Amino acid sequence: MTKQKLVLIGNGMAGVRCIEEIMKIQPERYEVTIFGSEPHPNYNRIQLSNVLQGATSIDDITINDWNWYKDNNITLFSGETVTNIDTIKQIIYSDGNRKVEYDQLILATGSIPFILPINGADKKGVTAFRNIEDCEKMIEYSKNNKKAAVIGGGLLGLEAARGLLNLGMQVDVIHLAEYLMDRQLDPTAGKMLQKELESQGMNFYLGKQTQEIFGETDVKGLRFSDGEEISADLVVMAVGIKPNIQLAKNSGIPVNRGIIVNDYMETGIPNIYAVGECAEHREMVYGLVAPLYEQGKVLAKRICGLKGEAYEGSVLSTKLKVSGVDVFSAGEIFEDEKAKSIKEFNEWNGTYKKVMIRNGKISGAVLFGDTKESNNLLSMINKNAEVSEYLIAGTSEELSVSLVSAMSNEEIICGCNGVTKGDIVSAIESKGLTSIDEVKSCTNASRSCGGCKPLVGDILELTLGDDFSKSNQKESICTCTTLTRDEVVAEIREKNLTHTREVMNVLGWNTSDGCSKCKPALNYYLGMIHPVEYEDEKESRYVNERLHANIQKDGTFSVVPRMYGGVTNPDQLRKIANVADKYNVKLLKVTGGQRIDLFGVEKDDLPSVWADLDMPSGYAYGKTLRTVKTCVGENFCRFGTQDSIGLGIALEKKFERVGTPHKVKMAVSACPRNCAESGIKDLGVVGVDGAWEIYIGGNGGTHLRAAELLCKVKTSDEVIEITGAYIQHYRETANYLERTSVWVERVGFDTIKAVIGDKQKRIELNQRLNEALSVLQEPWKEIIESNAIQTDLFQKVKIPVISNK
Amino acid sequence: MGKTLQKIKVSTVNEMPKNLGKTVTIGSHEIALFHLANGEFRAIENRCPHKGGVLVEGIVSGDHVFCPMHDWKISVVNGEVQKPDNGCVKTFNVAIENGDVYIVL
Repeated sequence: MTKQKLVLIGNGMAGVRCIEEIMKIQPERYEVTIFGSEPHPNYNRIQLSNVLQGATSIDDITINDWNWYKDNNITLFSGETVTNIDTIKQIIYSDGNRKVEYDQLILATGSIPFILPINGADKKGVTAFRNIEDCEKMIEYSKNNKKAAVIGGGLLGLEAARGLLNLGMQVDVIHLAEYLMDRQLDPTAGKMLQKELESQGMNFYLGKQTQEIFGETDVKGLRFSDGEEISADLVVMAVGIKPNIQLAKNSGIPVNRGIIVNDYMETGIPNIYAVGECAEHREMVYGLVAPLYEQGKVLAKRICGLKGEAYEGSVLSTKLKVSGVDVFSAGEIFEDEKAKSIKEFNEWNGTYKKVMIRNGKISGAVLFGDTKESNNLLSMINKNAEVSEYLIAGTSEELSVSLVSAMSNEEIICGCNGVTKGDIVSAIESKGLTSIDEVKSCTNASRSCGGCKPLVGDILELTLGDDFSKSNQKESICTCTTLTRDEVVAEIREKNLTHTREVMNVLGWNTSDGCSKCKPALNYYLGMIHPVEYEDEKESRYVNERLHANIQKDGTFSVVPRMYGGVTNPDQLRKIANVADKYNVKLLKVTGGQRIDLFGVEKDDLPSVWADLDMPSGYAYGKTLRTVKTCVGENFCRFGTQDSIGLGIALEKKFERVGTPHKVKMAVSACPRNCAESGIKDLGVVGVDGAWEIYIGGNGGTHLRAAELLCKVKTSDEVIEITGAYIQHYRETANYLERTSVWVERVGFDTIKAVIGDKQKRIELNQRLNEALSVLQEPWKEIIESNAIQTDLFQKVKIPVISNK
Repeated sequence: MGKTLQKIKVSTVNEMPKNLGKTVTIGSHEIALFHLANGEFRAIENRCPHKGGVLVEGIVSGDHVFCPMHDWKISVVNGEVQKPDNGCVKTFNVAIENGDVYIVL
């Protein structure tokens, strides 16, 4: 039997998602052909703002790469646009002179950016922000230009503006309304957002209408309707999108604002469907991802001839993707006579919450500053929950579970990967999953941003019932075992285990050789427990720690020599410069920890690079003490009260090389101005007149956390003693790969303070740390002096081309 | 036509530490050669199908290597990427004779 022909016009998120669903239901039923105007495979358009902001790369946002089409026998015509549909003969025509017949046709032509019809909109330097090319154009412009103007203070405009700031441009945002994101926020939240973004460096022109873009051929600036002018080298129009319906219209398919569809995504013409941003359903056009996925599912069932549920519309919800700003909005947001609100405004913390109630039911919400409740609220809005349920929510812990229980199986839990509640439940039931990690590796849910992790936990709890309890849910160190970190460490001590393989055998690992998670963890625990006897297993180390250099995405390495306390001298700088010349180093960069990084070194050159540098390793790759950042201190600074450089060097020399559960960063500042940023380090020291303050558990990474004041001491020796006890306590009690910021929160700051404060314990901790420190060697030197290590780890085998006869 | 398989000596058994990879380039091929814990040798293309990560630097466990870039798990026996990811890398035959390691191309 010949397969039916299914053609998809539009290679975007909505259409391809629908094809994926069809493949899941009936992979053999259709011969699929896809047309896409863009030259790329299917990519995640929502992530474009992250590309622009530098948080991810274009490669990383591809959803289905070329292989996916090949593997699924899908014919893809990319960079080709469909020009006409003969809806009678069921044939489509493309601008590549192609003629393709169809039995079923899906239109997923998406939307196009709305370009304001003003003078100068066609000048060079005016762009929309819609696709990869726009994104690349903005990045290119930022290299040679300073001033950008973004027209539109909505979601897209603000994300674009943040990206342009990251690219080093000055950014003016022009918005027609009196406050930002006026479609999603109320004036209070809009003003709070403005204040926050101003502090990030954006400049706003509110209540302004752009009348003209001026300049010769290139953009020079904008003129508003009130006559005011601003200069700009780049103008980004982000004033909205409109459904791309031209093709449908030309082909006689009924359209209004979008292509009109019914609850099964059927258009007015037989065998033709529309899905995504181009479709208009019950007079609504959606521009968000969740509705597109929901529509895709409904349509997939319809096309496979199954009787599925109808699509009944989606609640709109929004999250702004700008770092440092948490904004959420869903459902209705404005009060009127019938709709009342519950509001909480905390000016001090900069948080705002508004929950809308209509006819006694939760109908919408706005959150600013703290968006933890967003999932719960969205779910309540979706199921039209009674206000009483929301009010109880504050007191009942069972609420979140009852929320997921009310969700339909079709509801999307993981927006990044489009995983539904039903997918997760059936994976848990059919494969016997018991942990979030297992769900993650089985279904991809929470594998990207992790925002849905709590919901996945709730679904586990709901599905497994009494067998699962979040509070005593054991988190095993990986899927090779059911044992927790504490159980493994206790068994190693009790049974005196000495090798990773031995631990796996004796403790009944369900894999014979472990995995990339447990091998390094066991290697660390064994080394921590038997610091003198244990022989480190190179093969259980992550490549960076095995080769003592940082692997880069092209397979070359970067190297950071130690510069104690961030202090260097002309001799070292000359050596670094000479090495950089000799080995064609691609980039020299000062790191965040005040050291010099040499990029682009080949693996087999590493030993000779180190020999030529003749400096100790800076451990920029290690789970150990990285750097001790220092300010200039009392010798030069007019405010410095203490010798921060001297103490920094002493700390770095004392604690370098010892293995820790994760990297450890330190800093010493000589006064409360804190030029060394001691407040966001694993251990930070701040000099005040006659004393040192010691802070712990800070982190400047993805989860910014301010360090907490542990104690105040008089002398540098005391700083070193406290630091030693702190590091060793962390070494002994933290999970592998757990930063101190997380550890402090898990174990409790007061508990840690009590241990370090106990003089006897402090002495014992320091003794055990000193034992571990006593056997350490400088790794670069060790490698330079060992031919065996060089051959085993660094040498490549090169065989020139051999002719085949 | 007329292309014959060649055995190319690349190392010796003794020179290959267990559970570690060695980069072998033969002409335009870049190959990751592994000496597994069970004594077997395996050779696969040295690029992860995901983002081109160099597999030779990955952590080796049993018959699998974990890509050092984003932790994809790949069989060194048949080159198949393990779920939930998808893809496959090329594999090469390895022969051991008199303590020498050969790759067959």
